[in-house]
Parts: sequence; C-alpha cells; structure tokens
Amino acid sequence: MRIELEKRANPSRLFSILSPFLALGLTVVAGGIMFALLGKSPGAALHGFFIEPLLDVWSLHEIAIKAAPLILIGVGLSVCYRSNNWNIGAEGQFIAGAIAGSIVPVVLHDWHSPLVLPLMLISGMIGGALYAAVPAFLKAHMNTNEILTSLMLVYIAQLFLDWLVRGPWRSPDAYNFPVTRDFAPEAILPELVSSGRANLGFAFAIIAAVGLWFMMRYTLKGFEITVLGQSERAGRFAGFSSRRMIWFSMLLSGALAGLAGVSEVSGTIGKLQPIISPGYGFTAIIVAFLGRLNPLGIIAAGLFLALTYVGGEAVQLTLGVSDKVTRVFQGLLLFFVLSCDTLIQYRVRLAFSRLGRGNEGGAH
Amino acid sequence: MGSPLLAVRSLTKLFGTFAACNGIDLDIQPGEIHALLGENGAGKSTLVKMLFGVLAPTSGEILWKGSSVRIPSPGAARRLGIGMVFQHFSLFEALTVAENIALSLSPGISLSKVAEEASRLSHLYGLPLDPKAHVADLSVGERQRIEIVRALLQNPELIILDEPTSVLTPQEADRLFETLAKLKAEGRSVLYISHRLEEVQRICDRATVLRHGKVTGACDPRRETPASLARMMVGSDVASVSAAGTGARGEVLLEARHLSVSARTPFAVALRNVCLKVRGGEVLAIAGVAGNGQGELFDALSGEYPVADASAVFIRDKAAGNLGITARRLMGAGFVPEERHGHAAVPGLPLSDNLVLARNQSDRRTFLSGGVLGIIRQAVVRIASRRISETMDVRKSGEDPAAGSLSGGNLQKYIVGRELDRQPAVLIVNQPTWGVDAGAASRIRQALVDLAKSGSAVLVISQDLDEIFEVATEIAVISEGRLSDAYPARELTREKIGLLMGGMYGKTEGEEAAHAY
Repeated sequence: MRIELEKRANPSRLFSILSPFLALGLTVVAGGIMFALLGKSPGAALHGFFIEPLLDVWSLHEIAIKAAPLILIGVGLSVCYRSNNWNIGAEGQFIAGAIAGSIVPVVLHDWHSPLVLPLMLISGMIGGALYAAVPAFLKAHMNTNEILTSLMLVYIAQLFLDWLVRGPWRSPDAYNFPVTRDFAPEAILPELVSSGRANLGFAFAIIAAVGLWFMMRYTLKGFEITVLGQSERAGRFAGFSSRRMIWFSMLLSGALAGLAGVSEVSGTIGKLQPIISPGYGFTAIIVAFLGRLNPLGIIAAGLFLALTYVGGEAVQLTLGVSDKVTRVFQGLLLFFVLSCDTLIQYRVRLAFSRLGRGNEGGAH
Repeated sequence: MGSPLLAVRSLTKLFGTFAACNGIDLDIQPGEIHALLGENGAGKSTLVKMLFGVLAPTSGEILWKGSSVRIPSPGAARRLGIGMVFQHFSLFEALTVAENIALSLSPGISLSKVAEEASRLSHLYGLPLDPKAHVADLSVGERQRIEIVRALLQNPELIILDEPTSVLTPQEADRLFETLAKLKAEGRSVLYISHRLEEVQRICDRATVLRHGKVTGACDPRRETPASLARMMVGSDVASVSAAGTGARGEVLLEARHLSVSARTPFAVALRNVCLKVRGGEVLAIAGVAGNGQGELFDALSGEYPVADASAVFIRDKAAGNLGITARRLMGAGFVPEERHGHAAVPGLPLSDNLVLARNQSDRRTFLSGGVLGIIRQAVVRIASRRISETMDVRKSGEDPAAGSLSGGNLQKYIVGRELDRQPAVLIVNQPTWGVDAGAASRIRQALVDLAKSGSAVLVISQDLDEIFEVATEIAVISEGRLSDAYPARELTREKIGLLMGGMYGKTEGEEAAHAY
C-alpha cells in the first residue's frame, strides 16, 4: 500500500481562507489533549494559556513587545519566501543587528546625543542586512543552498554574541556577569504609551507590515517578487533578474530582522547578554506561514504567536508545566498550518496493490 | 473483413466530471495501419493510455481477439501483444542503446544477447542502430528507433505510435513509413496517432477521428480530402491563412551577424555563426527538427540570455547583442517564447498580470504611476487586457481568469495578442502554434502575416512545415546550431528543407546521396 498526494483540480477558496483558523482550532484541541495527558485540566490550562493574558494591561503590553520582532521578521521573511528565497537564518540576522546596533551605546558609551538612537537603529539594520548578505552572495554567485548557509550562520552569530559579552564587551561594573554595560537613557527605545513597557518597536513592525503590504499589493516590485517566486523563467522573460531578487529579498529581510534585534536590546533588554531572543527568528517562520505570507495576515499571526509566549509563561507559573509547552504549541501550530494547506491543495489517496500487479510483469 | 484484432466498445474515461474519452468505439483489423486523428486535447492520448494499461477506463470494454480483457498495467499490455512508442522517450542518456533496451526486458538476459537481437531486428526492419552507442550522442530520430526496436523485441501484434513524426525530418519520416509497411506486411497492426493529415493519407488504411473525446468519423483516409478530414477533426471549416501582401520592403529591422553562443548546459545546443536578416514586411521562418538550437536562438535574439558581442544582434540598426530583453523591447521588439506555462505566462496569475509581465517597461507610462514607486494601474491594465482578448477572440471564463485556466489555444492567442497590441517593429516567435487547436492556429498565423503586411519584420521559428509554408516569405533551416541561408519560400520544396534539416546545405548532390544510409 502506498499513500499518494493527488493535486486537486479546484482547491476550495473558502478552505484556503479558513485554513489558518482550522489550524488554530486543531492546535487548541491537540494542546488540550496534551494538557490532559500531563494531568492538568485542559479547560483551565487553555484558559490560562490563551484567554487570561488578554484580560490584563500588563500582559497586553508583553504581547505587543513579543509581537514586534515576530511581525518585523515575519514580513521580511514573507518577501523572501514569496520570491522563492528560503532565508531560515533570521535568528542570526536578528543577533547581528543587535550587535551592530549596540556598537554605539557600548563602545561610545560616553557620547550623549539625540543622534545615538537613530544611529543605533540604522546600524542595526545594516548589521542584519550584511549578515544576510553572506547567504545572498553564496546563493547568487556560488549557487549554494541558502537554507543551509543561512541556518548555519545562526549558530555563528549566537556564539559570536556569547564571546563578545564574555570577552571584549563585558561590562566592568557587572561583577563578572556576561553582560555589556547598561545602555544610556538616550540609547533606549521610548515606550509607546504610558500604561506599560511596549515600545516603539511595535510601531516599526506595524509600519513595516503596512508598507510591505502596499508594495506587494500595488507596485511593480511586488509583482516582480510574485513572478520570480512562481517562475524564474517567466521572470527572466519579463526582464526581472532572479539574482538581483536574491539580493533584494535577503537584504530586506536581514535589515528588518536587524531592526528587530536592535529594537529588542534597546527597548526591552537595555543591554547585550548571551541570550537575547527566545527564538524569534525561528518563530517568525511560523508567523509568516500562519499569516499566509501576507503582511497584514502576519500582523495577526504575530500577535497570536506572541500570545503563546506570554500564555506559556503564565501557565508555567500557575500550573507548573514546563516552559517547553510554548515550543510544543508553536510546533503544533506550524504542523497544522502546513498540513491544512497541503490537504487543501492535494487529496490523499491510498493506492492498494496496483503497483504490485504492474511490477509482477517485470517489464518496467 | 474478419474479426478485429482489437476492439473497443463504449470506452469512457472520466477525470472528475470531465470526459476525456466518451463512449469510444474502435476496431483494428489484423495487418492494417489504423490512424487515430484528432486535435490536441481530443482524447487520443487518453485512449491509447487505456489500451496500454497506463490509465484504467471508467467504463466500457476492450476486446482482444474477440475476448474481453482488462489491461491493468503496461506489463499486461505487452504480454497480450501490444507495444507502444511514446511521443516522449523514456531513455537514459548516459547509457548505451543496448543497456536501454535491456532495462525494459526481464532481468537475466545477457547484454550481449540483447545487443545481438536488437541489431538483428534493427536491420530486418531498416532501422539502423549501433547497440554500443550512447543515447546522448544520438539524434532524436535514432532515439525513436530505440523505442521502436524495444517495442518490437516483445514481438507485438499491435504497435501504437504516438505522434512519431513530430520529431523527425521528412527523410527520417519516410524511413519510418517503410518500416511500418514492413510490419504491416508481416500481418502486424499499427495504431498511428497523428494530426498530420498528409501522412495519414499516405500510409494509413483506415482512420478514426476524435473530437472532444468522441468519435466523429471513421473513414478511409485515401478517399477523403485534407479539408474533409480537417472538418471531422475541428468540427468546422478552418479559415485558410492568406499571406498575400507580405514581402520585403524597406529596411532590415532585425539582423544577426555571426551570432555564436556556447552551450549553457551539457544538453543544450551551441549556436554557430548564425547570420540572418529580416526586413520590414517580411516573414522569415526558421524550420528545423526539435532540439537543433531553436530555443537557444530565441534566447539570444530576445536578450533573455544576452551575448557579450553587441554587434551580434541588430534591432532597427542598433547594436543590441549585449542588451537584455527589456532594452530590446524598448527598441521596438516583441517576443513570444515556445513554452506558454512558466515562460510566456505565469499560470497562477490572472491575464492582466500576465500583460504586465511582458510590457512592464515598454508601456511603463501607461501601466505604471507614482514614479519610482511603480504603482501598477490595475484598471488601465484590465482595459488593455480586455482589448487584447476581444481582438484575438480569446475565450475565457470570467473577466480576468488565471492564465493557467485557459486552453492552450486561447492562452497562445492572448500571448501573441499581447505583443501585437503594441504594434512591434520586430516580432520574434518560437513555435507560434505548438499544441494549439486548428482554429486558434489559423487565427494566430493570420495575425503574424497581418503584422508583416503592416511593415513589421516577423521571425517565426517553427517545426511545423505546413505552418512555415503558410506564413513565410523567406525560409531558413536550423540544424545543430547552424542556420542555412534564407531562400524565398516559393523556391523551396519540402524535400529541399528536409535535406537542409539534415545539415546538407552548401553540399553537392553527390555528397547528399552518400550521406543517405
């Protein structure tokens, strides 16, 4: 017996739209089963996970803080993925942006000027873009696989950051803890509203998402991205260059990941430390797909995934489950999103024995 | 007539609700060459796939020598005595002829024995083959012989050939027809699938015509005229193309001077010293068997793959060899590639987007606004798209459907219309009516001729000699990446073109005779 995927002639439009919601529903059900198996009441756990964080101003701010990098990175990745460039290394570009953006507040810590913050943001974007330029160059000119190179560069970035904060950039005032000195007040990203911690990073995310949505929806550049993603040859016929598109999409997503990185250290953490991201760069891949690679959808998806982080922390405290629960939820979600999409495009067919009978002839 | 070798009774194949074959009846007598005629999409391939066990019929019956059979697999078909030569070969290029043949036999037969038997059969049927040659080095005609010998090794009583001459020169086709005559004389039957009326009339004893999955005629092709056969195939009279009014006048608008391109991939063809000139008002047709550098020539002329030497290509007297496709479009050239899906059009995108695809820079002022932002004026594009659809009579479902939802003929009409709508000074078309139904083909050919009449230079690359004679004022032949001189279409015969296809240009008659096997 074999399992075959057969392309559907007319995939249902309705289900294409419903797919992310279907995936959400299935994730919640599977999560409930998981909590039950862990011996917790599924109702209470799911309530704690998904509902309680929405009822509290503090946790709403936390959601905005965590959604900001997810959305920023996710919209950048959506451009990559739509153009058929598989940047998996946003986590590394996030860290590279954080490091580059920290040069001014760490190295030039005596310099006080209103220019500090804009300089940090710009150098963060440049840092992320340069880090993405490595796999871009390798793909455009050496024909390497960007999935592997961008992914491997993540580990290099993580270890480089680790070395920096334990070595040359370690704060003299931190009792030998592996952190840099605290950023000066003018190096801190201002808060969005007075009620809580959410900072300008969230505004950047919304601006980037709306901007890229406009680009994808209305401009020739967006059209170029779509065409090259669907058919390189047709893109060449249209006069578009797939090599330039590799550079464009990788640098754009790298810059946005870098901006997310510098916003995170400047707005949320206030210094560099060995771990600055709970895997935003990877979670953003889920965000991009859950949002159907549409920048507006990604805003919603980013908020939802941020909820899983905040909710995960909440149930960790209230129910005493492992912090891995968040990861499990995110994994389930990606699994269900991809499966729903696949089953909408294809139908599963079990093929019995036909192959066997054909083989018995021994002819082909 | 005696009892048929193979009979098919109300055979039906449904794909979803679409009936690819709908209640087909067909009889094949022993020792006859039976033609299966029909346009693209008429259901010919589906029918033979059911006969060869590749597809399972939805309903209906297949009778082999009078008794009902089920053919669940190609292996079962072979055991009954049915052999098939597919249109697309399944050969391993890196293996030898004998190895490729051995792969289709049951294991345990030694390679030398296979080689021996293959060369015996190939001589018996006039299909010269070297069993030790590597497939990669062989011409398409020779590759087809491997497939035929492979089928003959099974000693079949019925051989199915799917569009066998579409890849052959006229001379190679003649050789194939001799082989078929031999098979027939031995009492074997042949089911011969084609849409070429001339050769069907020449070699077939009976013909069954399919249209939209149904049998629309069974006849003796020799008693019919090409027009009456075409009517059965198409269902209506096909407008003939009128080439009157074309002819060179004015300037040379497109020129290639000693254009050479090395092969981009191991299986590509290098272009060698190609020279051509097309004047306004002229249709230069480039004939040739598939895979002799047509695609490479199109790529170099369109600028999708520019060459280093600027003076290798001139468009309206300006050197363009090193310019990309966009720059060449801005010089007044338009292009129609061979492959519709994923080259000329993105199947998943609507027609209006596919208009922007080809004209995003040439019509920048009309289609885009917002300066550097490049905002696509979708309303304007849709109006232009509607205009093209109306001019070219593109039949579609809905206002702006995805390109992939159109039939081949309608999409091709749109793709050609997209360029004609610009009134290009130079139009380069590769295989303008490949896989297109006869009605659409005639419409497209007339449009190409009309463009030339209005003073543009038109270059048509085609494998279809009927098409070439319909539209061309001048004909050149491409063979192994070399282009022959261009001759006035009136002065050329099919035989002469055939010799040029074999790479015989500039040689004496004696050498030509020596080359014949």
